[in-house]
Amino acid sequence: MADVSVNNSARSFALPKVKGSAIVMGLYLLFLLLPIYWLVNMSLKTNEEILSTFSLWPQNLTFANYATILTDPSWYMGYVNSLIYVVLNTVISIAVALPAAYAFSRYTFLGDKHLFFWLLTNRMAPPAVFALPFFQLYSSVGLFDTHIAVALAHCLFNVPLAVWILEGFMRGVPKEIDETAYIDGYGFGRFFVKIFMPLIASGIGVAAFFCFMFSWVELLLSRTLTSVNAKPIAATMTRTVSASGLDWGVLAAAGVLTIVPGALVIYFVRNYIAKGFALGRV
Amino acid sequence: MEKTVNHKAWFLVLPVLILVAFSAVIPLMTVVNYSVQDTFGNNQFFWAGLEWFEELLASERLHNALGRQIMFSAIILAIEVPLGIFVALNMPKKGFWASLCLVLMALPLLIPWNVVGTIWQIFGRVDIGLLGYTLDKLGISYNYTQDAFAAWATVVVMDVWHWTSLVALLAYAGLQSIPDAYYQAAKIDQASRWKVFRYIELPKMAGVLLIAILLRFMDSFMIYTEPFVVTGGGPGNATTFLSIDLVKMALGQFDLGPAAAFSLMYFLVILLISWVFYTVMTNLDKRDGV
Repeated sequence: MADVSVNNSARSFALPKVKGSAIVMGLYLLFLLLPIYWLVNMSLKTNEEILSTFSLWPQNLTFANYATILTDPSWYMGYVNSLIYVVLNTVISIAVALPAAYAFSRYTFLGDKHLFFWLLTNRMAPPAVFALPFFQLYSSVGLFDTHIAVALAHCLFNVPLAVWILEGFMRGVPKEIDETAYIDGYGFGRFFVKIFMPLIASGIGVAAFFCFMFSWVELLLSRTLTSVNAKPIAATMTRTVSASGLDWGVLAAAGVLTIVPGALVIYFVRNYIAKGFALGRV
Repeated sequence: MEKTVNHKAWFLVLPVLILVAFSAVIPLMTVVNYSVQDTFGNNQFFWAGLEWFEELLASERLHNALGRQIMFSAIILAIEVPLGIFVALNMPKKGFWASLCLVLMALPLLIPWNVVGTIWQIFGRVDIGLLGYTLDKLGISYNYTQDAFAAWATVVVMDVWHWTSLVALLAYAGLQSIPDAYYQAAKIDQASRWKVFRYIELPKMAGVLLIAILLRFMDSFMIYTEPFVVTGGGPGNATTFLSIDLVKMALGQFDLGPAAAFSLMYFLVILLISWVFYTVMTNLDKRDGV
């Protein structure tokens, strides 16, 4: 509200300014939602309707496209596979990132800055560079086409990110808390779990959100590392498009269903989302 | 915060180190290994030295892909950063509407990248897509599979659609951290809207904006899935960015040597630019005493 009142005194168009920002936001959200609406719209039409008539909303509402996906294991297992490796990845990333982030936020040690930057470089590595070597590495250790392979591969960019975010949040916790706890006779493990983790709970939530997000949206690595048993939904979609050609309705429905988990997760972290996107650094 | 010197902290970092070494160093060594060898199949490799690097550095194909990549990153940064700041300045500050805006804006960020591609592929089609259909009815010739300019426009608009919210959310987080007292002081000084932005909001956003630019630069520089789904790198090679070219080379033609050399140089370019960003960022952190 503050900047509105600043305007109020500086110039006399305080009221139009409020409306102006509403218009800007309205237009921006329209721009964001229109393509998504179009996908939803298509998913509720039959193929004949999509190809024959051009309409802004479905004339003959049908849920047949969703029924196709939710009754066919080769379709819905894609979602199950994706969710399995995303959750695995999130758990692994957070588990290893927590102690590391604590070390970076509390101590200086030999080579810490170089190590931190080296970790970040892995976030910067193009997945395309790693696609082929990953394929060979995981094939040779017999992990090809398993959920854990994809989860480990995604650690490449999610672990550095989780360390980065958690470190940002941990910096905000005063060191006196650690010291007091140690004086009170807490060991490191008990202090970390009982006292420190609750203090940065929102940070852990945000880091988990980001791991979930980047693992959920990634396709190149997850497609390269799987063939049947762990095939992600995103890859299932591409295959079906090229094979059956023009089943637009089912394609759109599958797309809509991939948006749902993300939307649910956002809803839960909505209050921390802004701080989280700043990686805990505001 | 004062940090204690403690070399035992290495033990806390160890799990991360082992995990990332497994998933980054080993594959990277494979790449290095391939980049200096040649193969005629049957898993027989011959020492090729720096041959691939020399060949690539002189190759038209790499130069063109790199040029397109730099142009793409520059264009989307030039659009997304100002637009993101502008949107953040216009966001509601608190209450129901703020939450609603946050959730809706974050939505495109959580859509799998190939679905993003699919959405725009459908949206831009002249026969069944809203955008393509409307443009066509307005008499504008638009066909992203035939016309290089239309393909570029589609890919750029798609990226703006996909990622501007990230910049906006970061800028918004920066704005939220400004205490009301700053605005009140500005009000007393009769500062104009522009001066408030230039001398209060922008400096306070500098840190998070750098993160935004760093993330957007890195991600746009390795963009693969979205343009691949929409245009497949075409028409011709018009939207073949570095990653698309690399995957074509490595997994399509299985030219391991050149692809590996390509990977390494690609990685080095990103490292170099990111290092510059990172140095600036840590210096800012120090200056603010965070």
